[in-house]
Amino acid sequence: MWRRIRHIIIKEFIQVFRDKKLRFFLIVPPLVQLLTYGYVVNFDIKHVAVAVFDESRTLESRQLIDRFTSTDWFNVKYYVKSQKELLHLVDRGDITLALWIQWDFATRMRQGKSGRLQVIVDATDSNAALIVSRYAGTVIADYNQLQLDRQLARQGQEWAGQSGTPLDIEPRAWFNSNLISRHSMVPGVIAMVVLLVSLMLTALSVVREKEIGTLEQILVTPIRPIELMLGKTIPFVIISLLEVAMVTALGILWFEVPFRGSFLVLLLGTMAFLFNSVGLGLLISTVSSTQQQAMMAGNLFLTPAILLSGLIFPIANMPVFFQYLTYLNPLMYFIIVTQGVFLKGAGLVLLWPQITAMTVLGIGMLGLAVARFKVHIA
Amino acid sequence: MTTEKAIVVKNLSRHFGDFKAVDDISFEVHRGEIFGFLGPNGAGKSTTIRMLNGLLLPTSGEGRVGGFDIIRENARIKNHIGYMSQRFSLYEDLTAEENLTFFGGVYGLDPARLTGRITEVLILVGLEDRRHDLTRTLPLGLKQRLALASAIIHEPSILFLDEATSGVDPISRRNFWDLIYAMAQEGRTILVTTHYMEEAEFCDRLVLIYQGRIIAQGTPSELKGEVKETILALYPGNLDGALDLIKKLPQVAEAAVFGDGLHIATTRPEETEPAIQETLTAHHIACGRIERVRPSLEDAFISLVQRAEGKEAVSYQQSAIS
Ligand SMILES: Nc1ncnc2c1ncn2[C@@H]1O[C@H](COP(=O)(O)OP(=O)(O)OP(=O)(O)O)[C@@H](O)[C@H]1O
Ligand SMILES: [Mg+2]
Repeated sequence: MWRRIRHIIIKEFIQVFRDKKLRFFLIVPPLVQLLTYGYVVNFDIKHVAVAVFDESRTLESRQLIDRFTSTDWFNVKYYVKSQKELLHLVDRGDITLALWIQWDFATRMRQGKSGRLQVIVDATDSNAALIVSRYAGTVIADYNQLQLDRQLARQGQEWAGQSGTPLDIEPRAWFNSNLISRHSMVPGVIAMVVLLVSLMLTALSVVREKEIGTLEQILVTPIRPIELMLGKTIPFVIISLLEVAMVTALGILWFEVPFRGSFLVLLLGTMAFLFNSVGLGLLISTVSSTQQQAMMAGNLFLTPAILLSGLIFPIANMPVFFQYLTYLNPLMYFIIVTQGVFLKGAGLVLLWPQITAMTVLGIGMLGLAVARFKVHIA
Repeated sequence: MTTEKAIVVKNLSRHFGDFKAVDDISFEVHRGEIFGFLGPNGAGKSTTIRMLNGLLLPTSGEGRVGGFDIIRENARIKNHIGYMSQRFSLYEDLTAEENLTFFGGVYGLDPARLTGRITEVLILVGLEDRRHDLTRTLPLGLKQRLALASAIIHEPSILFLDEATSGVDPISRRNFWDLIYAMAQEGRTILVTTHYMEEAEFCDRLVLIYQGRIIAQGTPSELKGEVKETILALYPGNLDGALDLIKKLPQVAEAAVFGDGLHIATTRPEETEPAIQETLTAHHIACGRIERVRPSLEDAFISLVQRAEGKEAVSYQQSAIS
């Protein structure tokens, strides 16, 4: 059995490494993705143009504005006197973020209610808008915390008659101090590259043999379906692991992304994920008769998998139905694993639910693929 | 092998939806025989072979290959057969040797035997000096010999060659047939399909397949003996013009181009000869001499297909009446 499988594996490797296009496909697109997400889709924002309509004109409102002016993220360019002016600036595209601090902002806060503040983000580029609003959210949360601390301190003084300095808690996004920057993107790209490479290689390699007729030639030999399937997937699992190594190395060495966890956990997570992508690749190869069909079928899954992974669009912002859908998306779990291993140094103690979920989904997917493969190919 | 018969097929059919690609065929192939499948495009030759080598399940009927049942013992057949499919199907991006290593390996040959067999088959098909060449760079004739080498790497006792020589020049085809003969000499059973009449002549026995059915079987001379008509050969000045005119004659059963002349089948040669001369002269086409010739396999083929079509038309009429 292993002799047959070994011969298929050797043959696949010869073919992959002899094929210029494939060699290109294995090296260039992953690098381009890494560089694009690392540099171009640079989510670190700086000097976002802001206009403020401060209706409240109080100490509290000025403190809030100060919070915005004192970071590099925002550049408060305009102070306007009416809502109309504010909206006008947004319409003209002069600013990306508009802050409207309402007249009762301070009054309400002093009464212990929450102050009212309207934040308008130019959502022409919805992706950027999302990020800008996240950053604005951080600034506001930061300010809130400060106010809360003060209030607590004040109350503490009143009730306990004790003096004490308010705790100066600096809220920071944990693990990834620049929020969604390249630090979280690089692990995400690793996950996407693994998906792309393993899915496409597996699907195309089987379908190509259908196209050129060699599959038929293999099927008249005494090979068993399971041997053929193993021979057709093991090489791509190995290549996918090499891809992980390549992108990881580049992420660490070039983008200086911290790698806090263990390679073993990353390997384990990758293997669990590969059940899914290789299984899907096999499944696609049973329903497609040309490489073009296989590509199309592959893309049909790739885009939703990435969109529903939470890498670019936060899952919490999705409609509830789609939030549930993400539970069926192995890429969602895999990205948590890669980001966890890289940025948090998370181990199995933390990541076992994700790895288990991927394994369960993966076994289901492979099972389906094996069943269909037996009927439709062998 | 447990039986004297290498292949036994009984009432085998394969339908694709409503379409009967293979319709109730029966035949037997003896061990060591070169057995031919002759038939026009779409006759069902490949479909039959694919059922015999386990790629396709029959809709009904049964068959045994090398003593094994094609449905129940499907997997056990595979060690004993070699298959060269109609499409060239080796890896163009592997060398000749790599292709043989791969297929030999998948057949489960152990490393020592594999090395030995590769050299043997390369020598047999005359490719040992090209063993390190990429398959892509070989001319078609050599590719097909390599495909043959790969189909016999595991020394099968039964070999299926589906249009193995299509598109190959006559000399390569001749060489290829020498190989087929050599293998039959070794006692292997060979089932070939072909379009080429001269190849059909090389077969020990033939079946003629037409629209999924066997319309005749026997040795090449038996098939030729089936021809009831007399065959007239002539070499007129204008082939196409003459063919059109002759086909219109009521005495002519069938007329077709044969080489650089025409072959005409007729049951009434005494009347036909003057009729041909008359109509050609009337249209100013040089007629030349008309000869009576022994029917060729092609004549037999045309005549038998005609007869089958005639029967079909009759049975169709009957069913229309009833
Ligand atoms: N998988 C299939 N699905 C539907 N129809 C099929 C299938 N395979 C073959 N056919 C049809 O069955 C008929 C017989 O095909 P087959 O390939 O056996 O013919 P053939 O005698 O080998 O012809 P050729 O000389 O062209 O190779 C053809 O009309 C073909 O279109
Ligand atoms: Mg055919």
